[in-house]
Formats: sequence, structure tokens, C-alpha cells
Amino acid sequence: MSVKLGVPSKGRLMEKTFEWFGERGVTLSRTGSDREYAGAVDGVDGVELVLLSAGEIPRELAAGRIHLGVTGTDLVREKLGQWDQQVEELAELGFGHADLIIAVPGAWVDVDTLDDLDAAAAAFRAKHGFRLRIATKYHRLVREFLRDNGVADYQLVDSQGATEGTVKNETAEAVADITSTGDTLRANHLKILSDGLILKSQATLFRSRKAPMDEAERTAMKQLCKLLKVD
Amino acid sequence: MERAAIRARAAALRAQFEAEGAQVVETAILQPADTLLDLYGEDIRARAYVTSDALRGEQMLRPDFTVPVVQMHMAHGAEPARYTYSGEVFRRQEDDADRANEYTQVGYEVFDRENPADADAEVFSFILRALGDAPLRAATGDIGVLMAAVSGLNTTEARKAALRRHIWHPRRFRALIDRYSGRSPVPPSRAALLAANDPFADSAPDIGLRSRAEVETRIATLKADAEAAPIGDNEVALLDAILSVRESLPYALERLRDIAVDMPAINPAVARVADRMKALQKRGVDVERLDFEASYGRTSMEYYDGFVFGFYAEGRADLPAVATGGRYDALTRVLGQGTEIPAVGGVIRPGLLMALEADK
Repeated sequence: MSVKLGVPSKGRLMEKTFEWFGERGVTLSRTGSDREYAGAVDGVDGVELVLLSAGEIPRELAAGRIHLGVTGTDLVREKLGQWDQQVEELAELGFGHADLIIAVPGAWVDVDTLDDLDAAAAAFRAKHGFRLRIATKYHRLVREFLRDNGVADYQLVDSQGATEGTVKNETAEAVADITSTGDTLRANHLKILSDGLILKSQATLFRSRKAPMDEAERTAMKQLCKLLKVD
Repeated sequence: MERAAIRARAAALRAQFEAEGAQVVETAILQPADTLLDLYGEDIRARAYVTSDALRGEQMLRPDFTVPVVQMHMAHGAEPARYTYSGEVFRRQEDDADRANEYTQVGYEVFDRENPADADAEVFSFILRALGDAPLRAATGDIGVLMAAVSGLNTTEARKAALRRHIWHPRRFRALIDRYSGRSPVPPSRAALLAANDPFADSAPDIGLRSRAEVETRIATLKADAEAAPIGDNEVALLDAILSVRESLPYALERLRDIAVDMPAINPAVARVADRMKALQKRGVDVERLDFEASYGRTSMEYYDGFVFGFYAEGRADLPAVATGGRYDALTRVLGQGTEIPAVGGVIRPGLLMALEADK
């Protein structure tokens, strides 16, 4: 059997990943038609390319169905409990930079820190009769961060897309989302809390600690890691 | 430990409480999520399993019995009342695979207005007796002392309310104390806000439910706070002295009495500790060897607001408490919709108890 390498199946993330491997002498490519998720690996023997949605790669690594995978740090930490016992970070790939942050309306001139957010949340709950809503898809990370920082009287509401629009639409009062430049936030009249950085994320090559390997796979893995200079 | 054996032990413990005069009660396993969310906030989602259907919406697998038992009592319980129950509770575990996510609890709860000190002692001594001679160390505390100290601070009501809100979040509590006492600097953004002629001069357009008026109200609160005198070093030192009390109960009581000389606001709370100690002695508890820790229960026992206790396996810091309990008068107020009753209770984990007995 061969070493299975999971790579995001489309878009810039896929292209940049292909580039990163290419620069190190490992050529990854999609085969067949544009719609078919099949791939090929050249430059090293015994490695198989598995094209997956970036969001599924953490789960596949944890289940041991792929040996290596490229995905964002944010997704690994959100989706895997005790992530560092399930996967190992081999290399940060230097692209796909994104920060998970907490943002509130720019019009909240009284709120700049988590301390302010906590006080505003207490007053909001007293006035409106429900907890201040924070829209996000990163429930675990946001909840842990707010708990560690002693913010109370909030609730998380799920938002799988267009999160920045939730405040204007009055389905949330604040958001916790990924941003790279902050442009979308500004366009939606939101500002980042000065101490509201939850996680700095980038595309990262992970190794599964759960995937079993036979002798041939171990040899292929060693060779690949040597080429990638991550051994 | 085998399930059937644990269930049998749980039944025996429950029968023991029943023989002491408690009424056996049952509660549903699926609990409406909104009550629990309202009580504990978003954190409960990290500790309880949430499920849902289209008809009843979000529900949680019961993370404990206390909330449904209190609800049941507040809805149609006679007074005074003593209840016992046994059954499984479910706790989501995201960080430690060795911690059980499903285990049996047996509980004993007392709703009685008459003699709170004796009710505390009753629950503690019944649980102690039920635990038999397993090698356990008891820890006790009283959140009421710290609450009384906060209420007695010579500062604004707004500051006291903020501190009370964070009694159970030690880090935020400490940050607030540091700010109110002038030990930590005013954040630059706050200083700029307070100095601005028109704080809204360059602000973004108003969006969302939190209105301009609410922002203005908070700015007014911040201005009032900036003008309030800092909490004195003396008072901060007394708070620290309370939080560091950790002795056998009689010595701890002496320490608290010494502190109360300079902080008379805690006198009634200290008197309750003294009454409880007498009641415990009367019920045969060896108080000379009972630990009292003023900060015990601050991180994990959010709804307790008075006496708190836990029993831990001697030399096994890796194990969770074998039994825990405390007084939760405020919870009955929140769930009672206008009514309240002093209440105290405790739970035992028979599975852990049996594992310890087997080790011995």
C-alpha cells in the first residue's frame, strides 16, 4: 500500500499546495476531467494523492484514513479534541493565512477589549432579556477562548457563511470569524477587538498519529519527508 | 466496574437515604436546553450533550439532577422536603478521554427553611456516612463569605455587581479587582474614549440590536466609574486574606473572625460558618480534622452560593471528586419564578467509590 496524502480538492488552496510540493520536487496534479477528484504524484514512489474538502481533512487524519494532510490550523483545532495527540504539525506552508478574531460593530465606541465585551454583554442581557449573540462556525475555539478570558452572558449562534452580515441582519450582535485583510469586516461596519485574536491560522502539513503504516509505507514516508525537508 | 454492580450499589445508597426520610424522585433524561443555557450560559454546551428535534427544539442529556429536582420542587413540592434519586448523568468530554462521559449519581437534597446550618450538616454527615471507610479526604468551603466580603466593599454598587457576577471566574475577578483598585492601568482605548469631546465623531454607522442609547449608557457608567475612588489597599488585602484561608475548620474560623474585625460586613457569613461547625460536631463529624478552604468551589461549582464540599480519593489527584455538594439558595430563586427556598444537597458517584474500595 502507499502513503495517502490529503490535499484540498479545489481553488487557491489546492494550487498553492501543488506549488509548495512542486518547489520541493514532488509534482502533484489532478488527473482526468476537471470534475473528477483524482490525482497523481510524481517525483517520489509509493505516495498517493487524495483530493478532499479542506474541512474533511482533519477528520480523515484523526481516523487514520490518510497519513498526511494539508489543511488550516483553525480547522484542526476546531474539529479535533486534543488535536496534538491525534496529529503532528510537520510544516507551516506559508500561505492561506487567516486570523480567527472577534469583531463588534464599529459604532460600539465603548467596546475595544474583551473586558468591555463582557460588560456590554451583561448590560445587553439585562436590557434585552437574552444573551448577546456571537455568530460563528468555530464554536469550540470561540467558547474556549471566551471561557479562558472570563467573558460571560453571551451565546453562540451558528453561521456557516456570510457571517459578517449577521449583525446588520440582527441575527447576531457580534461575530467570530476568519479574516485575512479585514476588508470584509470594515465593509460591514465591524471592528476587531484589540485583544480579540483567538488563533493565527495558515495552511499546514499535518501527519496523522493514528494511521497505521507497513514497511513499504514507512520507507515512502521517510523519502517524502526527506524531499520536503520536514524530517 | 460492571454496570449492574454499580446500579445495585446506587440502589442501596438511595435506599439508605430513603430510610433517613427522603422521598424517591425520578427525572427525565432529556432536559429542555433553554433552562440550562439560561442558568449556565454557553459553557454548558462544552459540558453537556445537546440534541434536538423539530418539535421540542434543543434538549440536553441531563448533566445533573439538581436543576430538574429544584424545578419539580418549586412547581409542586410540599415543605419541608427531602429527596433522593439515582440515575445516569451525561458529561461531554472534549479534552480528556479518561474521564467518563456517562456515569451514575446518587443524590440527597434538602429543601428546608428551619435551620440552614443543621441542614448543611445533615447533608454532609449523611454523605460522609454513605461513603463508609473509603480512603477519602473531605474539602469544604463557603462561597457566602467571599460574597459577603464583596457586598461589604466600600465602593460603587456597579463595581460590586460586576465582582459578584465574576465570583466564579477567578481570573476575571482578579482583573476587576486590579482595575478597581488602580493596580492595573486604564486601557488606552478607554482613556481616549473618556477624554473625547464627541466619542461618536468618527464612528461607523449604527447597525444591529444594541442601540446608540445603550452605548451612551455604558459610556456614562464608565465615566462614573472613572470618578469613583479606587478600592483601598486595605480592603484588597482583606479580600486576599479571605481567599488564602486554608486550615482545619476551627482554625479557619478563627482566621475569619480575625479578618471580620477589620471587615465587619462578613460577620453574618462567618457566624453561619460557626453555626455549621457546631451542627457538624453535634452530628458527630470530627471538625478538628475537616479542611476549610475559603476559595474552594470557585472554579467548578457555579450555582452554589454558601456551604460547598467535596470528597476526594486520598493520593489520587487524577480522579474527579467521589462526592460533591453544597447550598444553592440562589438557584431556587432563579428557577422559582418569584419564590425561593433555602436548599442544600449532595451527590455520590458509586462507580468511583467502588473502584476505590476495590483498590484498597
